[in-house]
Amino acid sequence: MPEKKIRVLIAKPGLDGHDRGAKVIARALRDAGMEVIYTGLRQTPEMIASAAVQEDVDVIGLSILSGAHNTICPQLMSLLREKGMSDVTVLVGGIIPAADIPALKQAGIAEIFLPGTSTQEIVEFIHKRVAARG
Amino acid sequence: MPRDMPEQEKGVTQTVSPADSTAATRKPSAKEREWEKKTLQPTLEKSPERLPDFTTVSGHSIRRLYTEADLTGWDKERELGHPGEPPYTRGIHATMYRGRLWTMRQFAGFGTAEDTNQRFRYLLARGQTGLSVAFDLPTLMGYDSDHPLSEGEVGKCGVAISSLADMEVLFDKIPLGNVTTSMTINSPAAVVWAMYLAVAEKQGADWKTISGTIQNDILKEYIAQKEYIYPPEPSMRLVIDTFEFGVKHTPKFNSISISGYHIREAGSTAIQELAFTLRDGMEYVEWGLRRGMDVNDFFEEIAKYRAARRIWQKAVRERYKSQNPRSWALRFHSQTAGCSLTAQQPYNNVVRTAIQALAAVLGGTQSLHTNSLDEAWALPTEFAATIALRTQQILAHETGVTNTVDPLGGSYFVEALTNEVERGAWEYVERIDAMGGMVPAIERGYPQREIAEASYRYQLALDHKEKIIVGVNEYAADEKPLEILQIDETVAHRQAGRLRKLRAERSKEEVARRLNALRRAAEGKENLMPPIYEAVKAYATLGEICDAMRDVFGTYEEVAIT
Repeated sequence: MPEKKIRVLIAKPGLDGHDRGAKVIARALRDAGMEVIYTGLRQTPEMIASAAVQEDVDVIGLSILSGAHNTICPQLMSLLREKGMSDVTVLVGGIIPAADIPALKQAGIAEIFLPGTSTQEIVEFIHKRVAARG
Repeated sequence: MPRDMPEQEKGVTQTVSPADSTAATRKPSAKEREWEKKTLQPTLEKSPERLPDFTTVSGHSIRRLYTEADLTGWDKERELGHPGEPPYTRGIHATMYRGRLWTMRQFAGFGTAEDTNQRFRYLLARGQTGLSVAFDLPTLMGYDSDHPLSEGEVGKCGVAISSLADMEVLFDKIPLGNVTTSMTINSPAAVVWAMYLAVAEKQGADWKTISGTIQNDILKEYIAQKEYIYPPEPSMRLVIDTFEFGVKHTPKFNSISISGYHIREAGSTAIQELAFTLRDGMEYVEWGLRRGMDVNDFFEEIAKYRAARRIWQKAVRERYKSQNPRSWALRFHSQTAGCSLTAQQPYNNVVRTAIQALAAVLGGTQSLHTNSLDEAWALPTEFAATIALRTQQILAHETGVTNTVDPLGGSYFVEALTNEVERGAWEYVERIDAMGGMVPAIERGYPQREIAEASYRYQLALDHKEKIIVGVNEYAADEKPLEILQIDETVAHRQAGRLRKLRAERSKEEVARRLNALRRAAEGKENLMPPIYEAVKAYATLGEICDAMRDVFGTYEEVAIT
């Protein structure tokens, strides 16, 4: 049976337009053989959750640099639960102060990748995570 | 056009290194060849070099040694000249920093207007010589602090400004007649500038003498930073409206500052940064000329050193036939690279910033912002902001770099690189001309795609450790977290409270009347600055004013390129 491609939604929530990181990651995951959908800029948590359902993704990657993560992440996680998508792996990349990380993980974010993370680390994390879930 | 560009070199890709493009025609002297044989070869046999290829941060190959063979056809009078004269390679003033130091202008803004007012006064008291305002994301996008899309973002990346009432607090006890202010604002630039002018008027400052800069560079928003509201055409109209208004009413105020910083931060190479920025500048000139203005008044700070000055004077004199020497000389503000700051081992950022600031000074900048060591994490604390300012003061007073004009002039390496950067930038300019200018190029996604490509290549070079960042992909170590500036949601609550009070106290009829007048003006062709100014003075909010124009202009959605 041919292996099913991992489907990833890369999303850029909030008002920030700095999309360098989101685009580099989208490209790196695609080069690693994943199916990547990039939402484009300024997505609300509602828009991201709906896109995740529609595209039936395994992973959501959020790029947040603006400091709005404490507002956005819990909103998205509760929307995903409402939509029966609680098995989707949600990752955050960007500028997240160490003090905020425990609460984000508590809210259900699987991992937080800080500046300086190599693209391989992220690829490997996704492979392991999706394989573990079967 | 570059005078010396041989036919066969046109159309080479921009990533070809400077060394490569001259290697074939390079003719070393007999002495140099002898050195290669007698001294270099035995050395290389005994101990090979560390890398097969040495490259700049933009990926350009760097030769082992630069000599006069790398400057064939280089005419020192034509390419270098003298400071204060075209082509301005050596700087735009005859005496440069011997005459006057650059303006130390630290970008600052966070929380509410009260918080930032306090920081401004702190920096001025410590010897800063100009103000520079950073606005939060809702302000940059033309939303009030209490708009649903502003949730979680109020005061986080800069100061929250929703109305003239906030602006009055921001500059409380700062006399606008005596201080110059730079405001990094683009899509809503006309509105925020109108607020500033209203505060100046209330303080009794004379519009004819107040000075400062609004960024107002909308083209690079579509290319790189992506804080746009309206489609390109009406956005360009607003830019040209502010030019016209400025020429007439505020002759010392710069109504645009064309910016390469965000293009570079989005991942471009140095040549792309230079080319796209200067081509943006040419686009504004062309729109201004079409409105019947002349090329004489509105250019101030734009980026990129020696080649930039040479290209700009060539474009303005030859392409636009300007007779005014003031418009020939490219003046610029520099900012050290935010994207070079590391979250890891953040104290190393002091060193990085000092070196970048030195580069800007050696490049002959007119004004400088140095980043703070903690900015990979958050907006700077007072402690970090003070070190950043002190870095500039040490450069100015302790290093001796200000004692002579253009200390690197005549360096084989620097002159060869300046030539190559200029050549590469002109190629991009020609390509964009062929697409019909910058607006069509943006609509086709051309600069966006070139930058995305360059930033991905750079990431791969880091992943493969072809490029090293100390403390990140090499020399990593465990460390304890830095103390950073925390901005919590009380800022948003304070802003919401202030807006509620404002909406209750102002004249509803007056606001509605002014907003309707603005809407009607936007439907026509008249200059929008006067109706915007009237709306601001009636305490219409930023969001209401931007919405009035959204009603007429619509909004812009980009096609995302990955």
